[in-house]
Amino acid sequence: MQKRIAIKNHIEEIRLINQRSITALIIMALLVFILIFRLAYLQFSKHDLYTTLSQKNWLDLVPLEPTRGLIYDRNGILLAENIPVFSLDVIPYKVQNMPKMLADISRIVSLSENDIAQFQKQLKQHRRFDEILLKLRLTEEEVAKFYENQYHFPGVMIRARLLRHYPMGNTFSHVLGYIGRISIEELNDIDQSNYSATNYIGKQGIEKFYEDELHGTVGYEQAENDASGEPVRILNQIKPIPGKNIYLTLDSQLQIAAEQALTGHRGAVIAIQPQTGQVLAVVSEPGFDPNMFINGVSNIDYKNLQESPDRPLYNRAIRGLYSPASTIKPFMALGGLRYGIITPEYTIYDPGWFKLKNSSHIFHDWRHHGHGMVNLERAIAGSCDTYFWELGVKLGIIKIGENLKQFGFGDLTGIDLDEEIPGNVPTPNWKRKTKGAVWYEGDTVASAIGQGYMQITPLQLATGVSTIAMRGERFVPYLLMGQQEPGKNYNPSTPTKMEPVMLQDPNYWQAVITGMQDVVTSPEGTGHKLKGALYSVAAKTGTAQVYSRKQAANESDIINEDNIPERLRNNSLLIAFAPIDNPQIAIAVIVENSKLASLVARQVLDHYLLPKSQVPHSQVSANNVNTTIH
Amino acid sequence: MSIQRYINEKNTFKENTNGYRNLWQWIHVDVPLLSGLIALMALGLFILYSASNQDLSVVEHQAVHIGLAFFIMIVFAQIPPSNYQRWAFWIYTIGILLLVAVLIVGHIGKGASRWLNLGIIRFQPSEMMKLAIPMFLAWHFHRIHLPLSLKTIFFAAIIIFIPAILTAKEPDLGTAILLMVAGGSVLFLAGLRWQLLASITALASLCAPILWYVMHDYQRKRVLIFLNPERDPLGSGYHIIQSKIAIGSGGFFGKGWLNGTQSHLHFLPEHSTDFIFAVCGEELGFIGSTILIILYMLVIARGLYITINAQDTFTRLLAGSLTLTFFVSFFINMGMVTGVLPVVGLPLPLVSYGGSSMVTLMASFGILMSIQTHRKLLTT
Repeated sequence: MQKRIAIKNHIEEIRLINQRSITALIIMALLVFILIFRLAYLQFSKHDLYTTLSQKNWLDLVPLEPTRGLIYDRNGILLAENIPVFSLDVIPYKVQNMPKMLADISRIVSLSENDIAQFQKQLKQHRRFDEILLKLRLTEEEVAKFYENQYHFPGVMIRARLLRHYPMGNTFSHVLGYIGRISIEELNDIDQSNYSATNYIGKQGIEKFYEDELHGTVGYEQAENDASGEPVRILNQIKPIPGKNIYLTLDSQLQIAAEQALTGHRGAVIAIQPQTGQVLAVVSEPGFDPNMFINGVSNIDYKNLQESPDRPLYNRAIRGLYSPASTIKPFMALGGLRYGIITPEYTIYDPGWFKLKNSSHIFHDWRHHGHGMVNLERAIAGSCDTYFWELGVKLGIIKIGENLKQFGFGDLTGIDLDEEIPGNVPTPNWKRKTKGAVWYEGDTVASAIGQGYMQITPLQLATGVSTIAMRGERFVPYLLMGQQEPGKNYNPSTPTKMEPVMLQDPNYWQAVITGMQDVVTSPEGTGHKLKGALYSVAAKTGTAQVYSRKQAANESDIINEDNIPERLRNNSLLIAFAPIDNPQIAIAVIVENSKLASLVARQVLDHYLLPKSQVPHSQVSANNVNTTIH
Repeated sequence: MSIQRYINEKNTFKENTNGYRNLWQWIHVDVPLLSGLIALMALGLFILYSASNQDLSVVEHQAVHIGLAFFIMIVFAQIPPSNYQRWAFWIYTIGILLLVAVLIVGHIGKGASRWLNLGIIRFQPSEMMKLAIPMFLAWHFHRIHLPLSLKTIFFAAIIIFIPAILTAKEPDLGTAILLMVAGGSVLFLAGLRWQLLASITALASLCAPILWYVMHDYQRKRVLIFLNPERDPLGSGYHIIQSKIAIGSGGFFGKGWLNGTQSHLHFLPEHSTDFIFAVCGEELGFIGSTILIILYMLVIARGLYITINAQDTFTRLLAGSLTLTFFVSFFINMGMVTGVLPVVGLPLPLVSYGGSSMVTLMASFGILMSIQTHRKLLTT
């Protein structure tokens, strides 16, 4: 019996265990089904996603920086180049102890405080596996020393790179501008993929305006990477397209001549070819060395530039706002002719003063005893204030404004530089809005001789006088002579014509031009510094008060300029073009707190129009020229 | 132990067996199981060659492991099941003592230790427990007759938990889980009632917070990462993300043997040990992975066949438990690599690089073969 139960139990046990084994088999089959289903999900449904992710893991597109285009002047003289330099770069994540590394490496390579400050700044802005510049321009000795000790410095390496360099330094600082590290704000405005390998971007001047042409197109290298990001091999390469080379309308020699004529003063010279609008020279003195901005200017240097009373960073040529003073008079005369207020024969008697009808205030001509009988030519030649006061009052401020706008005053000239500002040709509306005051006729009187609220830039003056030289034909001033994609044809730019200034009788132009010629040649002319030039020249001078002198002082004939502090002295201005019959050059010169404008103009014109041997005061030393031509 | 001794032993059993036998029967090797294992390990070696970046020395080492493991398997196959039954209690007791010894040595050495260094070979007592627990429980349940009483279940739980907790303390969560699976599978096969199974599951989930408290930080992190791998994409979640990328990018046919970018460029961590299945998924694709799974299932099917044909309760429970544990260890690993289970440090059985778990597994297959080949032909 006992045995029977045992056997029964035994059979029962077998049945139970077999049953459970089958159950286990079913459960296992279910679980394996889940596993296979999961595999199918990953490998079919999500295959594309994971393929992409896997490629992202191991395929790396390394962007390749395009070489920045070169900048030449109109004669092919190099103004901006790329020079190869050795630099010291750091990959932060490979450096174990950054302060120690910096301390150790400074024993081999001289590191300035600025180098370290810039490095720390970049360190914060970049990812830990990005290469960060520590020091530019290693000397050959430093390179050799570093290679000897390289094994001490994991994560530090020497790289050869191309560095922007401006061989002419200060001479072209304002017009060329410079490049610098891309800022976060700039990053938002550019095509980031095209700049993925680029560290620098045009910050000012031509470098900024023609950034797109100069930059080129990024290239790529497809590299296979391992998990630590080290490239294993290069699979494919798309070469970067270098930026275009740019030829400017500037004439380096003329630019140098103008710069030297201005040396030691604050001022600006703009020279334009009237028949095309090509800008021959843009000088703003003092300048600065654009080379020091490329890799981040040090705080001290920048502070010095910023705080210098001469304001070297200020581009006077296109941003300087000046009273045009008497240089506005030819344009006023043309206004009178355009609106039929006067004819060339129209004559007034100048007693030496002017009075508005309903006012007792007396305006005194700069020549106190007056100019006597004055027609248009004499009014320009002798810069007769009374004539233009009367003309201005007859025209009224609205027509004065409309006329000056015709010549481009109060507006951007459209030159290919971003920094240009429009200046101001005042109107009653403008005065109400900005000053909250009514326009007085006295304001019109001031405007008629280029004083008061009127503000122009040297560039506007130069384009204005070009228009006179061309007898109404107008061109947009421009700096881009042409561009050339490397390996392709030179592509010249063409002058852009603007709506010309029309007079009722084209001969009226000659009257104004004759007046401007008399400025130089007539005994009563104000531009006697230009007398004796070997070419015909038409000009107009101007003297702008920097501060309002007391009426009393104005009444006295002799003002001793030497008694006035330098920075309160009058600005001198001059506009001119030459030769008269076939204008080759139109210039505007402004010298702050100095009477030198005519002299500067003479030197610039002589340099441009006379054969080298005949330049009376050769300002261009042979050495200087040689260094500029490579 | 010399071969000669086993030949002698075989001769002593000769009289207990009768009827048909051939060479394989003579050396107590089950041919279907052996074929399945050889196919599995051969495929495993191919995958390992690629996963190790064509490092022949790794493959050679693994071949040595395999050779040793096969030797152990054959040795275990020679021992008749009755001996295991007789030794079960002592194997278990010695195993527990060794586990305690490991903990003490580890404590003195101020670090985690799973190993006992016996001079020439290093020995992992927790591996031994994988065999000792099912052996002990099968022996015990064989003695007391089924079905299980509550008292027996309680006793079994203690038998399982003592070594499991000791192992978890080492810390080796993966092996501790496998120990519980090994013991649990005996209980399951012995007819643990479903209601009880359900309540144990419920109890376990109630215990989860306690388990959470007991867990080491890195273990907790693994659970959290499993729940959301993107939580730490460059840290612990990296394993799972990269492994899913590897498998997913393999597609149907795979990138081809030796052409996996995930493993060859070192994006996939532990690609020759715990995550080797991802290499298979990447290079051999859905097809290769499915073939691998089918090979596992063939081995398991043979194990269940042996279970069902075993002659008494002890051998049935033991064979069944060893088979189920094998299934669970391969399923946990694949589940972890494919992201359906959390990352527990368990290798892919018989394929991952490494010797100790392979030796234990092959010993368990040796026991299965012993059970199959020592059957008396007189059956019920």
